[in-house]
Amino acid sequence: MLKILKYSFYDLIRSRWSYVYFLFYLALGFVLLFLNNDVSKAVITLMNVIIVLIPLIGTIFGVMYYYNSREFTELLLAQPIKRSSIFMGQYFGVAGSLTLSLVLGLGIPFVLYGLLRSNAIFDFSLLLITGAFLTFIFVGLSFVIAISNENKIKGFGYAVLLWLFLAVVYDGLFLMSLIVFEEYPLDTFSLVATALNPIDLSRILILLKLDISALLGYTGAIFKKFFGTDLGFLISIAILLLWTILPILGLRYKAGKKDF
Amino acid sequence: MKLDVQHIKRILGFVFLIGFQIGLANTWTVCSNCENSSIKETILRAAPHDTLLIEKGTYKEFEILVDKPLVIKGIGYPIVDGEKKGEIFRITSDDVTLDGLFVINVGVSYTKDNAAIRVVQSKNFLIQNMVLEQLFFGIYLEKSSHGKVYHNRIIGEAVDEYNSGNGIQLWYSSDIEVAKNHVQGTRDGIYLEFSDRITISDNVSMDNLRYGLHFMFSNHDVYTRNTFENNGAGVAVMFSKFITMKNNTFRKNWGTAAYGMLLKEITDAEIVGNIFEENTIGINIEGSNRIKYLNNDFIGNGWAIRVVGACYTNSFKGNNFLYNSFDISYNSKLNDNVFEGNFWSSYTGYDLDKDGVGDVPYRPVKLFSYVVNRTPETIVLLRSLFMDIIDFSERVSPVFTPDNLKDAQPLMKIRP
Repeated sequence: MLKILKYSFYDLIRSRWSYVYFLFYLALGFVLLFLNNDVSKAVITLMNVIIVLIPLIGTIFGVMYYYNSREFTELLLAQPIKRSSIFMGQYFGVAGSLTLSLVLGLGIPFVLYGLLRSNAIFDFSLLLITGAFLTFIFVGLSFVIAISNENKIKGFGYAVLLWLFLAVVYDGLFLMSLIVFEEYPLDTFSLVATALNPIDLSRILILLKLDISALLGYTGAIFKKFFGTDLGFLISIAILLLWTILPILGLRYKAGKKDF
Repeated sequence: MKLDVQHIKRILGFVFLIGFQIGLANTWTVCSNCENSSIKETILRAAPHDTLLIEKGTYKEFEILVDKPLVIKGIGYPIVDGEKKGEIFRITSDDVTLDGLFVINVGVSYTKDNAAIRVVQSKNFLIQNMVLEQLFFGIYLEKSSHGKVYHNRIIGEAVDEYNSGNGIQLWYSSDIEVAKNHVQGTRDGIYLEFSDRITISDNVSMDNLRYGLHFMFSNHDVYTRNTFENNGAGVAVMFSKFITMKNNTFRKNWGTAAYGMLLKEITDAEIVGNIFEENTIGINIEGSNRIKYLNNDFIGNGWAIRVVGACYTNSFKGNNFLYNSFDISYNSKLNDNVFEGNFWSSYTGYDLDKDGVGDVPYRPVKLFSYVVNRTPETIVLLRSLFMDIIDFSERVSPVFTPDNLKDAQPLMKIRP
């Protein structure tokens, strides 16, 4: 598995897309810091970008890589290698290289602009951690979709739909239910609904760490009471981990059963 | 001749001595080891219009009653220590001046509003250059008028609202000037109740538990050039008429229930040239009519203006709205307020005829802020992509937000 991981990883590192992705974050980080020169404000803007773009890029990249390396995968399958290690290797290769681009691309400009001396370092590392989680989650989900669909168009369609659902439609349904049931106490419901969607969970986790959390009012106070404590933080990390592990298990299961 | 010169010298010396004594006749010096060692007793001995000079030292006294016109002046900030036993100065006469004392340790009481300095039914008083620390209430003006509270420093250590007092409190007082004071760490920095024609200028009120400045049932008051920073709410104006608020700065009143300015049941006020910077809510308006908001700057607030209800015939003109999360939040479909000629940093229209005024009206109410007003829990969707999308579509064609709530003449360039 490690060999395959290494191969996929180096393959991607050498590919143009990794560089483009890396340069994109590098440019984004520099431009943001150049424009407002305030590390903690840049973290807020960055959050908006991260919670939308990382899942999208993770999804598309994952599907693309799977379909592109299909022939090579078939070649590998003919060798005496365990199936799970082939797919796990590819998965970790893709997710790892994307995460590396993210961490380096954003880390370099922020470190140069004095992140280490500012007190935003914790917020920033939280941003990178959730970013990494989102990458792993969405690459995993897209691999599962790709392996279940022979048809590339269908696979792409489902993957984009999945992103659309979690990034946009879910919030719409969430909002609708909040408004429809506004007569009822909604605190627990909104806590649970937020925790179930990795994008919402990351957004709230980061928001609560920033000054802007004061805007959340008393609902925010309830959230802070839950997520702000060590236990709440551990629970949310556990949920993100669960979101990461479930697609991996699904991928192993599918890979083990699939007839190539 | 020689004798004559000495004679003249002697006479001159005598005249000088007498003159000196007449000059000093009304001046009493108080110090810890001279004849007059107690402020309280010296006041008893002094005649009206005398001057008391308090020399440097510590005077452990409380309930000092000033019942005749006196000038009480500290030299080198003598300490008057009330030892937490009760009220310290109580002024019941007209024409009293307190100057340059360091008053500490006012007794906390749950039945009496003990103050470091209380002025009762007096006129023409002057309280200046005082430093008050470890206090319950600071300066308490009760049914007094035509006085001046100038350049004092009031530093409290209030922790809870129920057992702390206000920095400067005016109760049934009128025609008083409160200027250049620094108040911090009290419950309300400056509190006015039933007090008319008060001028409040150049004060700094910060880190207070509740409000920096608080008006209740007080009319025709003016406050200018004050700074309100990091209070529970910068200024609360309630049930008052004809208040003028000019060129004040409201900064960093930040927290889940913090406001820059809180208006409730206010009419005919003018709010001109103020700066609201980094407050959770810049101005919260409830039941306030005929108010003019002119040339204010709203910078980086959560909500610049939140209209809670029943606000009619207000006009917002020439204000700058810069980088607020929400410019205006509005909870009804009826709008009777005028927005005109403001600059909005999130305005995206164009100006084809180059007259400096945008050709497309700006709608300052986001759908999201409307939804949040209806169902507060929806705020958890703050900064999610979905909300941005529906905000955009609402801006293109308003359905939920009041159709006529718009700035038809938004400025293209920021008002300098």
